[in-house]
Amino acid sequence: MSEITENKGVWVFGENRRGVITPVTYELLGKARELADKLGVEVSCLLLGFKVKDKAQELVHRGADKVYVVDDARIEHLLEEPYARIVSDLIKKHHPEILLFPATSLSRSLASRIAVGLRVGLTADCIGLDINPEDRCLLQTKPAFGGTLMTTIISRNHRPQMATVRPKAMKEAPSNGERKGAVEVLELNESFFASRVKVLEVVDEAASKINITDANVIVSGGRGMAGAENFKILEELAKVLNGAVGASRAAVDENWIPYSHQVGQTGKTVCPKLYIACAISGQIQHLVGMQSSDTIIAINKDSSAPIFKVANYGIVGDVFEIVPQLTKRFQETL
Amino acid sequence: MNIIVCIKQVPDTAEIKIDPVTKRLLREGVKSMINPFDMYAIEEALRLKEKLGGKVTAITMGPSQGESALREAISLGCDEAILISDPAFIGSDTLATSYTLSQAIEKIKDYDMIFCGKQTLDGDTAHVGPGIAGILDIPQIINVRKIQDIKEGLLIAERMTEYGYDVLEVKLPCLLTVVKDINVPRLPSLKGKMKAKSAQVSVWKASDIGVQEDCAGAKGSATEVWKVVTPPARPQGKIFEGETAVDQLVGVLKGLVK
Repeated sequence: MSEITENKGVWVFGENRRGVITPVTYELLGKARELADKLGVEVSCLLLGFKVKDKAQELVHRGADKVYVVDDARIEHLLEEPYARIVSDLIKKHHPEILLFPATSLSRSLASRIAVGLRVGLTADCIGLDINPEDRCLLQTKPAFGGTLMTTIISRNHRPQMATVRPKAMKEAPSNGERKGAVEVLELNESFFASRVKVLEVVDEAASKINITDANVIVSGGRGMAGAENFKILEELAKVLNGAVGASRAAVDENWIPYSHQVGQTGKTVCPKLYIACAISGQIQHLVGMQSSDTIIAINKDSSAPIFKVANYGIVGDVFEIVPQLTKRFQETL
Repeated sequence: MNIIVCIKQVPDTAEIKIDPVTKRLLREGVKSMINPFDMYAIEEALRLKEKLGGKVTAITMGPSQGESALREAISLGCDEAILISDPAFIGSDTLATSYTLSQAIEKIKDYDMIFCGKQTLDGDTAHVGPGIAGILDIPQIINVRKIQDIKEGLLIAERMTEYGYDVLEVKLPCLLTVVKDINVPRLPSLKGKMKAKSAQVSVWKASDIGVQEDCAGAKGSATEVWKVVTPPARPQGKIFEGETAVDQLVGVLKGLVK
């Protein structure tokens, strides 16, 4: 195909939640800037939402050369249908070569709807992005089977090359108040905003204040925690480390902790800087959800537990003795 | 209420193998199972059918061995099963897969809801559900943890989010992807197992569902695998022992959490 060489520019979908830009957007801008500089093109950011206009400058400060804004009460929440219509229309008008989304659940859902509509490629949950200097193709690296394999995907003949990027995988772009860029606020007609899905209520659960996919530190408990009340010691340790509490499937199935905390095959895949596995034996279904963590600590009574095979450091012992000691020590010293 | 459930047969996590030449997952001869999230999709479809009437059709795209996944679906209570299988589908990415499944669903035609699991174990993309919804031009709700109500062509569902949950209303027909929290899947009954043995599993080829050749399989895919590497195994860890174990661990952790 010859026309794909005419596509120019790296775009970032500026995810926001009730008008607050999510940190992963700044991570994408950091990466987009790097890719755009290699390609010698501009970075543009899409900002869709309600009462978001005044956030556009911050996106410029974080590396965008241009920000397209659609500010309308009807799209306060991310609704796949109108968002897909608006983004697809912008793509058809401006022909970017790369479009990055955060690999959060809703942005992934949106990205897929857009990709099938445009009949272009989409790679999920990338942790590495680079440009192949030979053909300007985007090299999109993603873990498969919970990090058992690393796969690099390309989209040779379709533009834009779309990818969702895992939160925390890229460095946040620093804010530079001196940077200049253009902000274009778009007025769209009625037909763009239709949605067959309506948001009735948005509920934030206190328990998930730090959600485990965003957390730098996760203190996780398994079957050996032996009861819901015992998760308190994990919460205390998580609190001093400014982390979140995770759990194995066994603990969730026992109703000791809500499903939103489950790490592993049927829960969430996480890759924090530090993962502390407490009384988790380390079944393969759990390991695929956390083995990409930078550092893994295991505390378990059973020295033959498979969790020790992936752990950087471990203590064979009783979590009910060791965890409170750790909490106390950190309260004293941090 | 006529429901279509899209399921996928995936290799058991514990024994994945990669073809050294094509760099794709080897599926032949590897022990397989129904993708775990799809079990919740099947269960939710069956519960709705039992409450509201109608039928549940399970479909899967893949090689001939996918038939066993469909028989398992029948043993659980699905009424019909269709295997979408053709050499032309080999090498499909999520775009080509979404297209091919959508073509099959267009042929089934009469449906109120499509259920999918949140994502598959092997691909891990969560693309195909939303992709099908996009191609069929129906609304989607992902990560559904509860269906609160269905009436007068509207469904109210709770969607699990990174922050808590959203309550959403959607017009039927729609596509829902489900998470583990939504139900506890049943085990097959003896009667179900008997039924599954003798049940008819239809096989639809590319020509049966009007799939254009350049839209399916590797040809119809917009992405390709460029490289697959196995990351180095994690280095042998250090186990702290004795009375100073906690002190040593604290020493290591201090450097990490600063």
